[in-house]
Amino acid sequence: MSKKLLLKKAHVENIRLYDVYRREGGYRSVEKALKTMNPESIVEEVKKSGLRGRGGAGFPAGMKWSFIAKPEGVPRHLVVNADESEPGTFKDRYLMEFLPHLLLEGMIVSSFALGSNVSYIYIRGEYAWITDILEQAIDEAKANGWLGKNILGSGFDCEIYVQRGAGAYICGEETALIESLEGKRGNPRIKPPFPAVQGLWKRPTVVNNVETIAAVVPIINDGGDEYAKIGIGKSTGTKLISACGNINKPGVYEIDMTISVEEFIYSDEWCGGIANGKKLKACIPGGSSVPILPANLLLKTAKGETRLMNYESLADGGFATGSMMGSGGFIVLDEDQCIVKNTYTLARFYRHESCGQCSPCREGTGWMEKILWSIESGKGKKSDIDLLWDIQRKIEGNTICPLGDAAAWPVAAAIRHFRDEFDWHVDNPQESQIRNFGLAHYADEIHIPVIA
Amino acid sequence: MSEQILHKVIIDNITVEVPAGTTILNAARQIGGDVTPPAMCYYSKLEGSGGKCRTCLVEVSKGSEKDPRPMPKLVASCRTTVMDGMEVKNITSPKVIDARNGVVEFLLINHPLDCPVCDQAGECDLQDLGYNHGKEGTRYEFKRRTFHKVDLGDYIQLHMTRCIMCFRCVFTADQLTEKREHGILDRGDHAQIATFIEKNLHNEFIGNVIDVCPVGALTDKTFRFKNRVWFTKPVDAHRNCTNPKCCGEAQLWMRGDEVFRVTARKDEWGEVKEASNGKTGWICNTCRFETKKVSDWTIEGPSVINRHSVISQGHYVGVTKPAETFTAVMKGRNPKLLMDIHDESEVNKSNVELSKLDRPAHSTDFK
Repeated sequence: MSKKLLLKKAHVENIRLYDVYRREGGYRSVEKALKTMNPESIVEEVKKSGLRGRGGAGFPAGMKWSFIAKPEGVPRHLVVNADESEPGTFKDRYLMEFLPHLLLEGMIVSSFALGSNVSYIYIRGEYAWITDILEQAIDEAKANGWLGKNILGSGFDCEIYVQRGAGAYICGEETALIESLEGKRGNPRIKPPFPAVQGLWKRPTVVNNVETIAAVVPIINDGGDEYAKIGIGKSTGTKLISACGNINKPGVYEIDMTISVEEFIYSDEWCGGIANGKKLKACIPGGSSVPILPANLLLKTAKGETRLMNYESLADGGFATGSMMGSGGFIVLDEDQCIVKNTYTLARFYRHESCGQCSPCREGTGWMEKILWSIESGKGKKSDIDLLWDIQRKIEGNTICPLGDAAAWPVAAAIRHFRDEFDWHVDNPQESQIRNFGLAHYADEIHIPVIA
Repeated sequence: MSEQILHKVIIDNITVEVPAGTTILNAARQIGGDVTPPAMCYYSKLEGSGGKCRTCLVEVSKGSEKDPRPMPKLVASCRTTVMDGMEVKNITSPKVIDARNGVVEFLLINHPLDCPVCDQAGECDLQDLGYNHGKEGTRYEFKRRTFHKVDLGDYIQLHMTRCIMCFRCVFTADQLTEKREHGILDRGDHAQIATFIEKNLHNEFIGNVIDVCPVGALTDKTFRFKNRVWFTKPVDAHRNCTNPKCCGEAQLWMRGDEVFRVTARKDEWGEVKEASNGKTGWICNTCRFETKKVSDWTIEGPSVINRHSVISQGHYVGVTKPAETFTAVMKGRNPKLLMDIHDESEVNKSNVELSKLDRPAHSTDFK
């Protein structure tokens, strides 16, 4: 049984309400932080914990906090990124739905550490009912003196506001989120200046994922060193994984990053194996933008080691044979799934969500979608596959924000690992419309070169 | 005042010293020539522009003297400021050339390529970019994106199909006019410049969006299909404009005595020049659209067109008359003709001056 920090109390009845949450030991970290610690020591504690951003990039949170500029007389802001729109990721939704006070608790401590008197939760527009849950929680916290002026007599003022987005994936990118929060069109800004220097209303701003902020609570309660003991290497603490696809038990799981991918998929404690007794074909381990892996490379790295569910192990082998932890959207595909169709679906998503600001992403995503559709519908040519490869190569790294990369990686990985299936679609245009390519050799043992 | 801090930058192995805070693109413009990356969306006179088209990507092979690490990705030179000791590779980097060709291909896949009927042809930034970096033929086999033409009032027509989404016109309207009424609707490849819901643009300075448009998406309705730009001759002219914000200094595009179009004066990068009063030389709608008689203007003389487009061909800077090779080779002596062809052929009678005849020439006049 893996250790639980965030979801330990998630199943207590009515934990959503303040009274129950407080009775179960809630808001202890605020008391500890405001009464016995100063902002610097909180940042220090988060640094010690090794907590990494849970939104996808995995940047150390303590480091991010220490970058925030502190010019005299300029307010600073904390913005919580709850614009969880990545296909396959739904962990923040679960957290906010069931434990809204955990997020608020983390926000109050983090706001104190960063000196933010007005903090925001930017929530995606589709989570309309969660906005109500959060606002109710904010009202309760305020009524009980955890928000407002002079919290716990410490002289620290803090207000939290919830702002709903209007349904754009791009607004999950931190600078686009800030633009949107300012009431403008959600186009990513050109960096530098980074938000830590000039963010919301040109003030120093830290943007963190919901889960990152929630993880501050156990770090303050138990201490950064204690938190760092969980996990392996630089992957410390626990991580929420939202598992979906062809598995028996889809849902949100909290793991301590020590278990193997194989155990996660097949153990009854987690996903409970592939549904309907099918075989595993492929998996996107970290939300739709990360590279897809075939079964053989998913369970074992190219060096033949068992792949574990953590930042380093999932990224082992780089993009050639590895993937990324991403935001924890674990999408499992069984032998009946068509990789070409899957890639087309993702390409369609990115085409629809590109903001249209910079040319490679605006034009390239649409082009890729069209080519993938012609391959999928049996009208493709052999040269189309190389063309796709060339297009993704010219998008990646040449755009303002990471959406271009996120659109390019799934296509690149699909061609890299599943080229046979693309070829089969082109060679058998009619058969590909009625039959699936199937598992083929994608779960076969990989040849591991002997290293002397 | 303290002295300006100068930073030393090496761009394509050419060293240049520029004040701190200058962008790589502007440093490269000081060198000029091939070293300058092309810019489709950056416009030095518009605050906040740039970074979007990605044609000006360059490789930074050395960050600065203090931190010599190279930058991991190609950077947009128009929005990246120089550091002391920075080394930049533009045309010397195969990575940059490859990425730029890619961007040009992306810009062209949905462009209608209707240059033969486009008013911008001949002075179009995208045309120049396509000639320099484009390929023959296209790999795009799908239907191109199209939009309806929209009239933005009496003077401006918007043809979104040609637009490359540089956002310059939005910045222009934001920074030059009182109230911007157009912007970007939708996102991704169906994003468009539009007024919501179709409105006329009335502001007295809105005509400048035509000048900043790098392609033929925003065109002057008083000039549409009247002439090709390379047939008209640009001259610098000024008038006493009653609008206090207008500098009254413009460029007239004439053919014979007729003024076909009036634009602001532009520099070698295709951007609006500074006027004599030191401000940017934007002109008002009255000067641009309604003052099209030669008598309205005081003509100063032919404009200096120092650009790569076809309009500079012919009679402007950049074309030098070839030297007299004969006299140079003969060291100043005139060539000695071996025979006079007219004497030898006996075709013409030497005593008959054909032009003086008061009747049509007859065969007898020749022999």
